[in-house]
Parts: sequence; C-alpha cells; structure tokens
Amino acid sequence: MQFGLSESQRILKENARRFFASECPMSEVRRIAQTETAHDEALWRKMAAQGFPGVVIAEEAGGLGLGHVELAALAEEMGRALAPGGFLSTITAAAAIAAAGSRQYLAGIAAGTVKATVAFLESSASWDPEDVKMRGLTGEKRFVPDAATADFLVVATRESGELALYLVPRGALQITAMPALDLTRRLYKVRFENAGGDLLARGEAARRALERAFDVATVALCAEMTGGMQKMLDIAVEYAKTRKQFGRPIGQYQAVQHACADMLLWTESSRSAAYYAAWALDSASPPEASMAVSIAKSYASDACREVGNRAVQIQGGMGFTWENDTHFYYRRAKASEIAFGDAAYHRERIARMVFDQRLAGTTAG
Amino acid sequence: MDLNLNPKERAFRDEVRAWLDANAPRDWAARRQAEESLNARFTYLRQWQRKLFDAGWAGISWPVEYGGRGASVIEQMIFLEEMARAQAPPMANVIGLGLVGPTIIAFGSARQKQAYLRKILSAEEIWCQGFSEPNAGSDLAALSTEARREGGYFVVNGHKCWTSYGWVADRCELLVRTDPAAPKHKGLTALLVDMHSPGIEVRGLRQMSGECEFSEIFFRDVRVPVEDVLGEVNDGWRVAIGTLAHERGTFGAALHVTYRRNVNRLVELAREMGRDGDALVRQKLAQCYAEIEIMRFNQMRAFSRIKETGVPGPEGSIQKIFWSELNQRLQQVAMEILGPYGQLAQGAEDAIDGGEWAYGYLRSRGNTIEAGTSEIQRNIIGHFVLGLAKSY
Ligand SMILES: Cc1cc2nc3c(=O)[nH]c(=O)nc-3n(C[C@H](O)[C@H](O)[C@H](O)COP(=O)(O)OP(=O)(O)OC[C@H]3O[C@@H](n4cnc5c(N)ncnc54)[C@H](O)[C@@H]3O)c2cc1C
Repeated sequence: MQFGLSESQRILKENARRFFASECPMSEVRRIAQTETAHDEALWRKMAAQGFPGVVIAEEAGGLGLGHVELAALAEEMGRALAPGGFLSTITAAAAIAAAGSRQYLAGIAAGTVKATVAFLESSASWDPEDVKMRGLTGEKRFVPDAATADFLVVATRESGELALYLVPRGALQITAMPALDLTRRLYKVRFENAGGDLLARGEAARRALERAFDVATVALCAEMTGGMQKMLDIAVEYAKTRKQFGRPIGQYQAVQHACADMLLWTESSRSAAYYAAWALDSASPPEASMAVSIAKSYASDACREVGNRAVQIQGGMGFTWENDTHFYYRRAKASEIAFGDAAYHRERIARMVFDQRLAGTTAG
Repeated sequence: MDLNLNPKERAFRDEVRAWLDANAPRDWAARRQAEESLNARFTYLRQWQRKLFDAGWAGISWPVEYGGRGASVIEQMIFLEEMARAQAPPMANVIGLGLVGPTIIAFGSARQKQAYLRKILSAEEIWCQGFSEPNAGSDLAALSTEARREGGYFVVNGHKCWTSYGWVADRCELLVRTDPAAPKHKGLTALLVDMHSPGIEVRGLRQMSGECEFSEIFFRDVRVPVEDVLGEVNDGWRVAIGTLAHERGTFGAALHVTYRRNVNRLVELAREMGRDGDALVRQKLAQCYAEIEIMRFNQMRAFSRIKETGVPGPEGSIQKIFWSELNQRLQQVAMEILGPYGQLAQGAEDAIDGGEWAYGYLRSRGNTIEAGTSEIQRNIIGHFVLGLAKSY
C-alpha cells in the first residue's frame, strides 16, 4: 500500500505546475476572466499539446490513457493556477461518452480540436437524474458550463419516460449567458427547439453513464478545489507573515494562526479524500467509488468555503479588494461548492448508501 | 499511488485475521460494561497481550532482536485495524507500546534496549509517561520535578499528575530537570524509572467520567541509576519531542475502525427508533461517516510517509486534532439521536448499550486535552508546519 504519487505521477504534476505557472499566470487569468467567454483558444491549444484534455481518454482513441489519479494531479494544478475555461466541462462530456461505450468525438477532444459540455440542470436546479423533465430535444437547460465555447453538448433528456443522453452540436442552439460569481467558468441557459443530435445512451445505460461522468468530473473538481484551497492558504499564510499590526506579524496572533492551522487541516484532508476517490474510480467497485466521490465532495464543498472565508478575513481590507487575487479563488470556490451537488446533496447520497443499501465492510482491502 | 495491499501485506492481513478469528476473546465489550474492577480488567488485558506476544503479534514494526516482528509501519497499521475489526481487547501496555518503546528504540542504549523492550511487548512491565505536572502541562518544558546527580545515581524529587496507567505501572519515562540554571528546554533529562523504587507514591486521580485511569505520582529522594538516563543528560527535550511525535502521529491508528463501528451502531439504533428517514439524522450520520473515512485516508497518507522517512513529523498534529475533535462531534451526534436515552449511565435498567454512550460522551471531552490540547496542536501546525512566528 502506498498513498502517494508514483514517480511518473509526480513528474506529470510538476510539469503541469510549471506549465500553468508560465502559460497561465494570474495576469492571464485576470485577462481571460474579463473576456466574454472566459475561454482562451491559444491556451487551450497549448494545453492540448501537452495532452491534458485526453489524459484519461484511451490511447486507441488518441488520449494519454492514464488513470484518474493523473487526472486529479492535473486538476489540482489547474485549481492552484485557477486555469479558466472549459477543461472540466470537456472532460465531463468525454467521460459520459466513454462511459456509454462510444468513441465519438473522443479523438477530437484529445487532440484539442473539440470542446464540449454537459447540459443537465433544468429550472428545478436538481442534480437528481429523476428530475430531468426535458422531453426529447425541445426545452431549456440551465447552468450549463462553457456552453458558448463548446462544439457539442451531451444533453440529458427524457424519452417515453426514460432518461436519454444525446450528443447535440452547438450549431444553432440559442445560448444565453447566466452571469454568476465565478468569472473563470461561465454558465449559460441553452434552448433546444427540435434540435438534431445522436443518441448516446438510453434508460439504465444512460443513467449509469451519467453517474460515472459526474463521478469522474466530481473527482477532478475536488482535486481542483484542493489546489484552490492550497493557493488561498498560501496567500493567507504569506500575508500573515508579512503584514504587521501592533508591532508584530499578524500570524503571531493565535486567532489568525489557528485559522491558518484549520485551513491546512481542511486542505490536506480534502486532498486525501480527492486522491482516494480518484484511485477508487480506477480500482474499486462502482458503489465504493461513488461513496468515495461523495465523501470527497461533501467534505471539500464545506472545506473550500471555510478556507476561502478565512483567506479573506486574514487579509483584512486588503483581502476585500478587487486587486487582491483571493476573490477570484473565492468566487470559484462558491461555484465549485455548488457544482455536481453541494455538501448536503452528497451527504444524502452517502446516507442512501449507508442506511438504505447497507454498504458492507469497515475498511477497504 | 496504489492503495491495494501488496501480496506481502495481504498475506500478513490474512494471517492476522485468521489468528484473531481463532483466538480473540469475544467477551470484551461485555466485560467493559460489567461493573468489574479496573484492576481485574487490567489483569485480563495483560494476559491477552501476553498471548499476542507469544504468538508473535506484539511490536509488529519493532526490530526482531528485541522481540518485534521487523515488519513495516504499514503492517503495524494493518494489525491495529484487524484488532479493532475483530473487536479484540486492546493490549494492556498502551504507553509502553505506543510511546516509550519507540522512544527507547530511537534514543536508548544497547543495554536499555535489551533490558526493556521485550518486557514491554510481553506486558511483563507496564509503562507510564511522567511528563505533565500541576504547573507544567502545555508548557511542558517549565516542569520542576528535579533530579540531582549523586555518584552513580540521579535523585528525583517532585510531583507528576494526570499520569495514565500510573496506578499499575512498573516503569515510567520520566521527564525531569537536571540543570536548573540552563534555559528551560536545555536543562531537561529523560529517565527510565522503576516505579517500585523507594520514595514513589502513586495516588489515584478521579476523572470527570468517573474512573481513575490516571494518577498523581510523588517522588521523594527516588534514586535512579545513571545508566537509566534515556539519551543524553540535559538533552531530554529532544527525547520528549520524539515521544510526543509518536503520541500525535501514530497513536490514533485504529480509531477509524472503532468510530466506524460506533456510527454503524448509531445507524442501527436510528433505524430501530424510526429516525432513519429524518433528514437531519441522515445528514449528521453521513457527515460522521465521511469524516471517519477521511481520517482513515489521512492516516494512510501519513503512514506511507512515515514508511519513507522513518519518523512521524509535525503534521501528526493534524491527525491528533482530527481524531479528537471528530470523536467529540460523533458523541454529540449520538446524544442527539438517542435523545433522553443517551444520558442513561451504566447500571440504568433502560440504558442503551449498557450506558456506553453516556460514558463515551464524557470521556471524549478529554480527547482534546490529552496528548497535547487542540490549541497546542494548532500552535505546532502554525509554527512548525506553516512557519508562522511562535505565538507564545
Ligand atoms: C485523559 C488524560 C490523560 C492524560 N495522560 C497523561 C499522561 O499519561 N502523562 C502525562 O504526562 N500527561 C497526561 N495528561 C496531561 C495532559 O498532557 C495535559 O493535561 C495537557 O498537556 C494540558 O496541560 P494542562 O492540563 O496543564 O492544561 P494547561 O496547559 O494549563 O492549559 C489550559 C488551557 O489553556 C490552553 N493553553 C495553554 N497554553 C496555551 C498556548 N500557548 N496557546 C494557546 N492556548 C494555550 C490549553 O489549550 C487549555 O485549553 C493527560 C490528560 C488527560 C486529560
């Protein structure tokens, strides 16, 4: 048993860190965040040249064919750098396609020529697939991330009472921005009027593909949140060391110092949970993996909010300014807390497994 | 990253499991609830440890030459998890196995290792940790129990308190002041003291949960041979830090299994009480469940790191905060689920699980105090891990 990155995983992570530090420094994040779609095609192409969008896509389909631990390592670095744009949206769509047993678009995604997203939520804003009410390819989806820059959408809909997933080119869809807190990942309302598309999966297969895709995306998101937490912690600790009041660095005051200690505890614990879940996606049974995913997301959702709250508080008035980078992370933290289900949603998912399905055993292995 | 047990670890796990299936007594829970004297219970645990030792299960990660198994800390972790899973009684010599033994392995002389380690494993000699004093708890280095050199001996005078297992200990890792003129961290020495020496008086100290698990110890002209200095004279702080690192980093190794069992039991009880559909109950139990798992993940990470570096680092304070504060949250959730029944104590006719929950609730208050308070752990993280200026 070894809970730590292997040599090659470490290299991948360090390489990603260097890549984002040089190609996507905070000045770039700020610039891209102020564009209409928060997507930068040049950055995307460079990421694709590194193989990032295809990290878990099979080699036969043009990807790197690596595991979800590698995806998590990459996502953590993207979270640290606050890389803007549709990476998460695209890998969510790719995971849905792969989980449905299709290969359509995967080579394009891996090559960086195709971007995608998943259109799931509706006016009810419920993450429960049971609550998908749209019929066929007519209706409205909300909170669709990065829809404006996606080449196609994986659309969850209902056909004769059954859940169905369709691949729909963005083409002529009517897309309206839903301005929200996170400036680095944009949300849209998408209207479908008898849109054309290819059926990806239906019924139980669609439900399973969607669940898997959300589990994969949630793990990547948890790792990304961990990277964001780490960055907020680093910013706060640095400030606590240099800012002086009453003749001493504020980090010497225990109210501040203990807040930093708590931030570390939440960040490290989120990290453990995210990587465990990433490992479980590749190596544990599907119910165990889903459990690990919900454990990670329920924890990280609360943790990233609390870490963000403290990061702002510790920097005082400076932390409340636009100039300070913290608010970009803080905004992302709130959006991430909500995405793919908040803490309460995932706790209920855990409760269903614990109470109702009596997930057996005490420990893995 | 590979969280599966490797073939060697798996074989080890299967062997432990099979042995425990065949040999672990099944009456421990009942005994704990029975109104048996602390002494009778302890004798029972001592015999149980002896049995484990004879079968080769004590000191999994200790060197073979001192009676250990010479395996890795991962095997040690597996062993503790299997013990907890089998609901086997704990071993008697908690302080000896978890704290003093590893410290002697790190700092002890050849003679000390020969003389003490094997008897720790066999429970022939029970150890206690004589660090805290009435005026030196968190500020441990301010302690005033003193030891004067007289020929081949140190003569000890002073007063220790809150000493767990003091009432039953044969030996003590005692932290004393040997140079009153030196700065407070520089004048300390660790001694390995025979608790049966003349001049030692042990008094029971009753804790809020009712029993006397810890004691006060008075030292009056107690003579300790110089060969029982652990490490160097006036280098006791380094030795103490070694002990405390084990206390924080590895002590809670199997707690996740115990906590999980508690949550499973609460799930059962909630169902029996018809509260398993209550959204609040579901949320709270799921939260406990998630945090227990995360504690386990943190620990797997920490042990993987210890396997590489050899020693637990200051980040062990994260573990300490996690297990202690989580247990308090868990016990509170138990109280909320059990409602009026939760308060019923041992001996009450209608008490659930023999009053374990009422006891557990009280006992958990000590968790954030023993082994270094939560505040001190946060100071350690702030200063030693994050590099913030010392706050005190
Ligand atoms: C169940 C139990 C078992 C124990 N077993 C042993 C044992 O076997 N051997 C042994 O040697 N000791 C043992 N102890 C003692 C334990 O280590 C001390 O109680 C503990 O270190 C705290 O010291 P104190 O009680 O003097 O509290 P104090 O140090 O007086 O602390 C009182 C309060 O002040 C806070 N405080 C103190 N200093 C600071 C600071 N710098 N910054 C912020 N807050 C601060 C503390 O966190 C605490 O909340 C045990 C205690 C318990 C409860």
